[in-house]
Amino acid sequence: MAKVAILSYIKRKSPVHELTGTTKLIFFIAWSVSAMVTYDTRVLLCMLVLSVLIFKISKIRIRDISIVLGLAAVFLLLNNLLVYLFAPEYGVELYESRTVLITIAGPYTVTLQQLFYHFNMTLKVFCVVPVALLFIACTDPSEFAASLASIGVSYRIGYSVSLALRYIPDVQREYHNISQAQQARGIDLSGKDKLLTRMKNSVAILLPLILSSLNRIETISNAMELRGFGKNRKRTWYARRKMRRNDWLAIGFVTAVLLIGLVVTFWDGSRYYNPFI
Amino acid sequence: MTTPVISFQDYGFQYTAQAEPTLHHINLDIYPGEKVLIAGTSGSGKSTIGNCINGLIPFAYSGKSTGRLFIDGKAAEESSIFELSHVVGTVLQDTDGQFIGLTVGEDIAFAPENDCVPQEEMKRLVGQVAGLVDIEDHLEYAPHELSGGQKQRVSLAGVMVEEVKVLLFDEPLANLDPAAGRTTIELIDMVQERTKAAVLIIEHRLEDVLWSKMDRIVLMHEGGIVADMPTSRLLSGNLLLEHGIREPLYLTALRYAGVEIREDLHPEHVDSLQLKPEDKEQVRRWYHTQRVGIRQRQHGQELLRVRDLQFGYTPDTCTLQDVNFTIYKGEMVSIVGRNGAGKSTLAKLICGFEQPVSGSISMEGRDLCGDTIKERAAYIGYVMQNPNQMISKPMIWDEVEMALVQSGMPKEERTRRVEETLKICGLYPFRNWPVSALSFGQKKRVTIASILVQRPQIIILDEPTAGQDYHHYTEIMDFLKELNEKGYTIVMITHDMHLMLEYTRRAIVFSDGRMLADTTAAHVLNNPELVREANLKETSLYPLSLACGIEEPQVFTECFIDYEQKEVR
Amino acid sequence: MKKLSVKTVVAIGIGAALFFVLGKVSIPTPVPNTYISLQYAVQAVFATLFGPIAGLLIGFIGHTLLDATSFGPWWSWIIASAFAGLVIGIVTMKLDINEGIDTKKIVHFNVAQVIAHLLSWGLVAPCLDIVIYSEPLEKLFAQGLMAGVSNILTTGIVGSLLLVAYAKTVVKKGSLSKEN
Repeated sequence: MAKVAILSYIKRKSPVHELTGTTKLIFFIAWSVSAMVTYDTRVLLCMLVLSVLIFKISKIRIRDISIVLGLAAVFLLLNNLLVYLFAPEYGVELYESRTVLITIAGPYTVTLQQLFYHFNMTLKVFCVVPVALLFIACTDPSEFAASLASIGVSYRIGYSVSLALRYIPDVQREYHNISQAQQARGIDLSGKDKLLTRMKNSVAILLPLILSSLNRIETISNAMELRGFGKNRKRTWYARRKMRRNDWLAIGFVTAVLLIGLVVTFWDGSRYYNPFI
Repeated sequence: MTTPVISFQDYGFQYTAQAEPTLHHINLDIYPGEKVLIAGTSGSGKSTIGNCINGLIPFAYSGKSTGRLFIDGKAAEESSIFELSHVVGTVLQDTDGQFIGLTVGEDIAFAPENDCVPQEEMKRLVGQVAGLVDIEDHLEYAPHELSGGQKQRVSLAGVMVEEVKVLLFDEPLANLDPAAGRTTIELIDMVQERTKAAVLIIEHRLEDVLWSKMDRIVLMHEGGIVADMPTSRLLSGNLLLEHGIREPLYLTALRYAGVEIREDLHPEHVDSLQLKPEDKEQVRRWYHTQRVGIRQRQHGQELLRVRDLQFGYTPDTCTLQDVNFTIYKGEMVSIVGRNGAGKSTLAKLICGFEQPVSGSISMEGRDLCGDTIKERAAYIGYVMQNPNQMISKPMIWDEVEMALVQSGMPKEERTRRVEETLKICGLYPFRNWPVSALSFGQKKRVTIASILVQRPQIIILDEPTAGQDYHHYTEIMDFLKELNEKGYTIVMITHDMHLMLEYTRRAIVFSDGRMLADTTAAHVLNNPELVREANLKETSLYPLSLACGIEEPQVFTECFIDYEQKEVR
Repeated sequence: MKKLSVKTVVAIGIGAALFFVLGKVSIPTPVPNTYISLQYAVQAVFATLFGPIAGLLIGFIGHTLLDATSFGPWWSWIIASAFAGLVIGIVTMKLDINEGIDTKKIVHFNVAQVIAHLLSWGLVAPCLDIVIYSEPLEKLFAQGLMAGVSNILTTGIVGSLLLVAYAKTVVKKGSLSKEN
């Protein structure tokens, strides 16, 4: 079966790998939050540089994630294009000044402010991408559930995540098998049929998939119940690792980034860094 | 005698959704350290008994119970499913459903995790139990990196970690190939010896379970216990056959030869048999009268030819190599080998789901290389193992008609074809029924009908009888035989040795992606070297014939099959 | 909050796995770069069968995994997916599909999914995008509308067909008789 090219855990030895899942989860969340809140170019640039540095330490190679990076680039390009098409003067409004560089046609001009806005928006996404990728590539999936539980998420929900990771390959194989067998009976989703027909046809694959998933749910929940899941208010985790010195350092570091980022951003009372005034 | 660890006293149970009780008047005691087999056809209530013991009844399935049930001295209705889980460890049939952890280690640790066992203690426990079932080198492995037999070991370890008093196995052999099945039975035996737990095995594949010694067999039928006796006594009578359970093959052979099965023959295992000289003489005499009549068959026309086939899912793996064979018109052929030998991949290549790296597949001399999946489906029908994975319409008629609708055939023509196909498959009276009202065997027929409706010349079936009891097995196989007699060419992918032996003359054997043999089914199973290499299991006819001093076990097997087909059916 | 039952926990896990797998399957539409998102039809069915918390978490976990393995999480849309599941689950709380299905129930299901997707893609996603990414209003609502309409259609057609088919498969044997 052809595997869908997705990013998954890459086992290597590096300081990033050695951090516990909990640390990486906290790091990832704090990093995402800072990048979401701030629109300050200086903060974003610093974060980008830092995230590239962390990436270096992790021993994950660009080659390992080239597909993902490509996807991110395409996504961002499209997003930028859409924004420009709908609101070519958005940067001007935001930064309250207007420096025209080129006039294309009609309302479409290229202003320095618009470009700067696009630059910031792209930066905002790009400084999270390496950290997000690292989180996925350097965290043993086995640790996910334990990590979620240790930041206060109910272990039941944590275990749902774990089950999702456990059964994705099985569900994928099943989908693949069912769709092949249905193709032999003339069901083809990628074909040239009309959209509505294709949607109806998809039911021929989804129905067996869902019915067998419902069976699976029954079996798994029986198996879990028989082995005492949900007995206590807490549970321990086989795959959890102890916090070490580096974990505390990493958490300290990301907290500092978050705080400094917030202070720098809101020092002048606005989310944006405006070099034009 | 000691007190029983499980005690049913005039117990009955009725599921909420059902009109009739599933169990009635059950009286059964299981003592510590006993090994008991619970046999019965599907629907006999044997799985329900298991669910009563482990607490899924009434905690997951509600219903009304009568009489009393004590587990470890405590009334079942007074203990919770969690308390019961410390007494009874259950290994379910579906190893993928039971394997919930992301790795072997985590899965074994699942129960201690729920008990809040501290991590160091847990690691020690997991290491110890994993050692016991010989899986300690795979603690970091994910489930999809393991074979079915290995997953079974993990399941076993996962319940043993609790130090339970009862180990309950619900159809442990259903998804395993013969060699893995045998290993599992040996493993259960070994674990029982070490832990002294009572072992309860719910299974209809009697001969495979009896590979190791069982103290008793409890035979279930229609919700009641019809027999509860030592193995040797049950095997001596006719009770098994009368209740739809297949007895071990060597006993059937002895019966055919006219030898009466008595307790003093020690019929519980083929190696324990103590045949008297006159019994052996009787078998030899039968053999000599039978071997005269063996029929030889002629090849038909060439239909499907596979030449020098080579395939790998990724560029650097080789799932299949150097595959060469020809299927002739009107044949019924088995493709056998252990799980993961490449059998299913071969079917996918033939159907065009995957493309070969090199080599060719041709149909009546025409290369299929450029044909799409859909085009090939007009010649080659593929039936998946699990009908639930194929059936995509709620109503039988719609399901069978689907492929024709997709191909844009006019309505009258469609109706004619569907009616004709439904008649062939014996489904015509049910044509306006929903699929959900059918039994598993009938659903299988529906999937076969939905393939036949496209009028393929050859039908490939993946494990047509997996997980079915003898009754359904016979129902499905007799139907396929009927189709074969009507002229359809049938290829079956299977690891069921009985199926191969009884229904197909010819077998193509695979192991690790290579074709090991293309010969008669009887020959395959009487060739110890081939059996070992392909991870199959010889049938008990082989040691029996040797024990009786018959020098050509293969011919003996053929006589057996021939006799069965001529006289019994 | 009431404790989740083991069955719901498993349904969330398997539902999220389905959401993920179907999210990777792209069925092209005539509109360039737009795909039918079958995962929303399945999410709606699961939300109806297993309730609002299941709908919410299936959307959240499934979408997060989907994003995290492609280009990093886009939180506003992840939250919108989760929100859609939650709303469908709440509105269909009293709908018992296991007892059979009729036109009234299908309408009920569709009302639920239309409300849910309108709110999610017309309000939740764009608002969050403005707050987080400060994107222009016009673009966001156009985009939200596209996604909303496409998801409503997919869920309306595929989801309803699935529910009907599901309801027919759980029907009791009843009074079926053979015909000759």
